[in-house]
Amino acid sequence: MNTISKLTRREFIKLAGLVAAGLTFVSGCLTSRRSDTEALSDDETSLLEAIVEQIVPTDEWPGGRDAGVVNFIRTQLEGPYRRFQGDYRKGLAAMTSTSLEKYQKRFEALTWDQQTSFLQEMESGRLNDGPWKDGFSRRFFELLRSHSLQGYYGSPRHGGNKNYVSYKMIGLDEFQVIGQNRYRS
Amino acid sequence: MSNNHVNAIVVGAGAGGGVVAKELSVAGLSVVLFERGDWGSFDAHDHDELLSQRTTVLGNAFGPDDERYRRVVVNDDGSTDVVVASDGAYNNVAACVGSGTVSYGAMAWRFMNEDFRMKTTYGHVEGSTLEDWPITYDDLEPCYQKAEWEIGVAGDASLNPFAARREKPYPMEPFAYNKEAKMLESAMHRAGLHPFPIPMLRNSVEYNGRPACVRRRSCCGFGCPLNAKSGTHNTVIPTAMSTGNCELRTNCIVSELMIDEQGKISGVVYFDRDKTKQVQTADIIVIAASATETPRLLLNSKSRQFPAGVGNRYDWVGRNLQGHAYTGAFGLFEEDIFDDVGPGASIAISDFSHHNPGIVGGGILANEFVRLPYLFAGIRLPGSPTWGKGHKEFQRKYFRKNAQVVGPIQEMPFFDSRVQIDPAVKDSWGIPVVRLSGHRHPKDAEGCDFLSRKAEMILKTAGAFQTWRSVPGLGLSGGQHQAGTCRMGNDPQLSVTDKFGRVHDTPNVFVADASLHVNNGGFNPALTIMALGYWVGGHIAGEWQKGNRFT
Repeated sequence: MNTISKLTRREFIKLAGLVAAGLTFVSGCLTSRRSDTEALSDDETSLLEAIVEQIVPTDEWPGGRDAGVVNFIRTQLEGPYRRFQGDYRKGLAAMTSTSLEKYQKRFEALTWDQQTSFLQEMESGRLNDGPWKDGFSRRFFELLRSHSLQGYYGSPRHGGNKNYVSYKMIGLDEFQVIGQNRYRS
Repeated sequence: MSNNHVNAIVVGAGAGGGVVAKELSVAGLSVVLFERGDWGSFDAHDHDELLSQRTTVLGNAFGPDDERYRRVVVNDDGSTDVVVASDGAYNNVAACVGSGTVSYGAMAWRFMNEDFRMKTTYGHVEGSTLEDWPITYDDLEPCYQKAEWEIGVAGDASLNPFAARREKPYPMEPFAYNKEAKMLESAMHRAGLHPFPIPMLRNSVEYNGRPACVRRRSCCGFGCPLNAKSGTHNTVIPTAMSTGNCELRTNCIVSELMIDEQGKISGVVYFDRDKTKQVQTADIIVIAASATETPRLLLNSKSRQFPAGVGNRYDWVGRNLQGHAYTGAFGLFEEDIFDDVGPGASIAISDFSHHNPGIVGGGILANEFVRLPYLFAGIRLPGSPTWGKGHKEFQRKYFRKNAQVVGPIQEMPFFDSRVQIDPAVKDSWGIPVVRLSGHRHPKDAEGCDFLSRKAEMILKTAGAFQTWRSVPGLGLSGGQHQAGTCRMGNDPQLSVTDKFGRVHDTPNVFVADASLHVNNGGFNPALTIMALGYWVGGHIAGEWQKGNRFT
């Protein structure tokens, strides 16, 4: 891993082409982030989808996944939440490694109840060794929680609350266009 | 190219500075009004809750921005954090023409007699710098009246038996109660209290050429798309500019006062919108930049004569930083209360503002501004889920069935709660930034406990099947109600300015914002800041017309 991360991107791709087979498991971690400026890789995106669905679960109304909460978080990580990019990379990687260690499965593949108790361990700070030490588990959980709620309950203009789902859920007709029976598009 | 000398510079186009600029320019003085931000616009941020001035998670809709502004906050253990402007710990006040008066909830409270005579009324409070103001309510009454009529307040003073005397009624009729307020009104009467409509700096009828409010949900924290909310940006500042005597310079950051060899203050150094350093000279300098930025400017202005900063000979500049501990209670009800009539807050009582057994001061209680969806997602019965299925169900079940009664408690001034200059961190203009440290006085916890129990009692009387109180901790205060850091006083060794806001040791530097507050009352402070603008500005204009050049 260390050797590869020291290589330039171009060199890595070249190398990966030459010895693709031997590097498959590594490329799964490294190549899916399409550029250095992109906030979330594909793997991080699917992990985050499972998390936001836990924070705001689907019931008779859509949950965090279908409401575009991950889209909200990605958009903010590339904007005003740029300062949290490091926390997200570290925290999501730590969730994957802890999950693999404990359950031999990625977080996304755990049962619903396993996912819930995993997040509860983070929230309570009971998860406190390795990457989680010094209160990182609680701090990262709070970022996930508050950002998910923002994406679900905040204004759709930031990429979440798709189709005004949370406004409709609580019966708010705003913010409709005044004089017209439709929401702003 | 150098700027022409003017009679007066006003730093900060907010509640205080906007009024001063108007008073001076109408009296014939030439004025440059500096504003670090730009004109605010509703359209830029719309009804976006996450970018409002109330819930600033994605930034401050009306500034300051996260890119260029920084502050340092000292934690209890002595460690420090560098914080961005949208972080609550920054203790932000809006950076735009009108400042907080563009996006405020617009409550228009007068303080009471006792608020100006706290030490006389309650005696010395151990560990607090609680003191009487050098002026009385009667001194300020004509200024309150001017603010109410020139900027525009809707209310009915006859219904509040605790209000101090007034010479004139409000210029506009009060707003009707929303459903939550109607329910609380009857409960308050049953509890023997004296409810009345909250006086508001919003038009209940067409006034001053602007339309009446249509009572939108997104009001507190937002600009008004109709221009029905009144601030200095749509009243006194346009009046000042229409005299031809006042030039408003937006996007300009004043970094320090210019001090000559003799110690005379001759103007200001500032950065224009291109970040080019410029100077502006004037006979008089009025600082109205907020209770955090005003002391910063004084402390950043040093010379041989002012080694610790202008006005800081006795180490009072930046001291006694106060705000308002907001306390109260929530209630859940079986039936719908939410009728979507904004801005939400519409009824109040002043029964507990003063003379409460064992409590120093007190506060008003009012129903709260509409809890918008994301804000409401943070309101839960203690112990109930903060995420997951139960959290979502609570949102759905109670968004329309909750009520909130809250008020600002009169905080005890605390000498060690303070604004200093950080020795290392600078903002994007290279100006040393504000460093905040301190905490609330323990007495504030008693006040919050008292007032929150009254709020809970009102909600129970109204029929809430479940209630819980909200009491803030004793951490650093300030926030959007920040005050107290350049207090006025008669003794130059125990204050920063005289009773007209003139900085001791200087003939021509004035302060005209909430920094002057000796204490911050148990009321939202905007109307008092405006009144102080009339008080300080009126004094300067009156003296100027008598020939005083403040040399």
